[in-house]
Amino acid sequence: MKFITEFRSSELAEGLISQIHRKSKTSARFMEFCGGHTVTIFRYGIRRVLPSTIDMVSGPGCPICVTANADLDKAIALAQIPEVIIATFGDMLKVPGSHSSLQEVKANGADVRMVYSTMDALKIAEDNPGKSVVFLGIGFETTAPTIAASILQAEENGIKNYYVLSLHKLCPPVIRAILDSGEVKLHGLICPGHVSAIIGSHPWEFIAQDYGIPCVVSGFEPLDILQCVNMLVAQIENGESKVEIAYRRGVRPEGNQQALKLMEEVFETCPAEWRGIGEVPDSGLKVRKEYQPFDAEVAFDIDPGSPYEPEGCICGDILRGVKTPLDCWLFGKVCTPESPVGPCMVSSEGSCSAYYLYGGDFEG
Amino acid sequence: MCLAIPALIKHIKDREAEAAIGGITRRISLRLTPEAKTGDYVLVHTGYAINILDQEEAEETLRLLREIAELAEEEG
Ligand code: SF4
Repeated sequence: MKFITEFRSSELAEGLISQIHRKSKTSARFMEFCGGHTVTIFRYGIRRVLPSTIDMVSGPGCPICVTANADLDKAIALAQIPEVIIATFGDMLKVPGSHSSLQEVKANGADVRMVYSTMDALKIAEDNPGKSVVFLGIGFETTAPTIAASILQAEENGIKNYYVLSLHKLCPPVIRAILDSGEVKLHGLICPGHVSAIIGSHPWEFIAQDYGIPCVVSGFEPLDILQCVNMLVAQIENGESKVEIAYRRGVRPEGNQQALKLMEEVFETCPAEWRGIGEVPDSGLKVRKEYQPFDAEVAFDIDPGSPYEPEGCICGDILRGVKTPLDCWLFGKVCTPESPVGPCMVSSEGSCSAYYLYGGDFEG
Repeated sequence: MCLAIPALIKHIKDREAEAAIGGITRRISLRLTPEAKTGDYVLVHTGYAINILDQEEAEETLRLLREIAELAEEEG
């Protein structure tokens, strides 16, 4: 068992596809919340093999895409403070803020370093005692515990020049916001697998109970997605709405208690601004008072000015599942992965990038 | 961005481990999965093991999928 190739078997995929075709009678629209799922769905051409009864839409599950321009501008402003070293995951570099990107300010001399892990950022802080290292805390519940762990480790090791700009976002509250807006009618939700590895499956119950929408937690291999769709179809045809886990090898109903404990210790919830969606109550995480010395918002005076949205970019509508990249007149002409206009084209998990790279699926 | 990949724990020291990811060995943190043991497969996200993978559940899922495939073949 290697946990990867087994879940890519084409023979088993065919079995699932034929069962889905046999079972699916009712027209239904499923949203895959997570950008990682969007990539699997496009890479393996999953939309194309599903019956015409099933319509798939992508959700706002790409942390980079949903980061508001005002927040990106904060990160870019921080990078321009001379004693600051910005440590960030690579995907952030190219994302355009209102006036610039981290990559551009880096080319102009700002010290912006790409790291693979917060552990690397802590090392940079230890190696550069005269500088302030600010880690850009962007991500969902999957990432937040790793960043909480880094703050706890900085405290234990007496590292005083390490800060986090906490722009974390929480998934269940934004799904509620999308459902409450009523803009897009959903009949099933493919719940994010690695967010659920941390929070478990219980936090999705309200969707099944209050909104009557079937929910299935999926993994990231093609068989995982197909099995998830198969389970959603079964619920719909049986008139059920409950939360199930298709990704049982990686997700337990109660989640990862240790990770949740660390997250809770360091962060508290706050309102957060989502691109295209606006402010959603309790959907963000800020550093608790007890850990304020590590909070970049507190340590630095940041004034990035007012944000500005690129004209013509409809990332916001795409993130709400209301439009697709094909509705954007900039798509593929002005906006490409090489010269992206909006974040959904920059991030490898953004819908625009998935449509662009795996073009064969356009009709899906 | 919530990408997490399976890794096999080879060796544990304090709260860190050497883990094999595909063909390469990486140092990962076990702070979020203190109960992980040598020989376990874990899901690694940005250098941290975020969960231990459940071998039995994986086999059970595959068994179910094989049943579905066999059924599909019979109904042809
Ligand atoms: S194609 Fe480019 S400009 Fe259009 S919505 Fe996507 S990212 Fe924005």
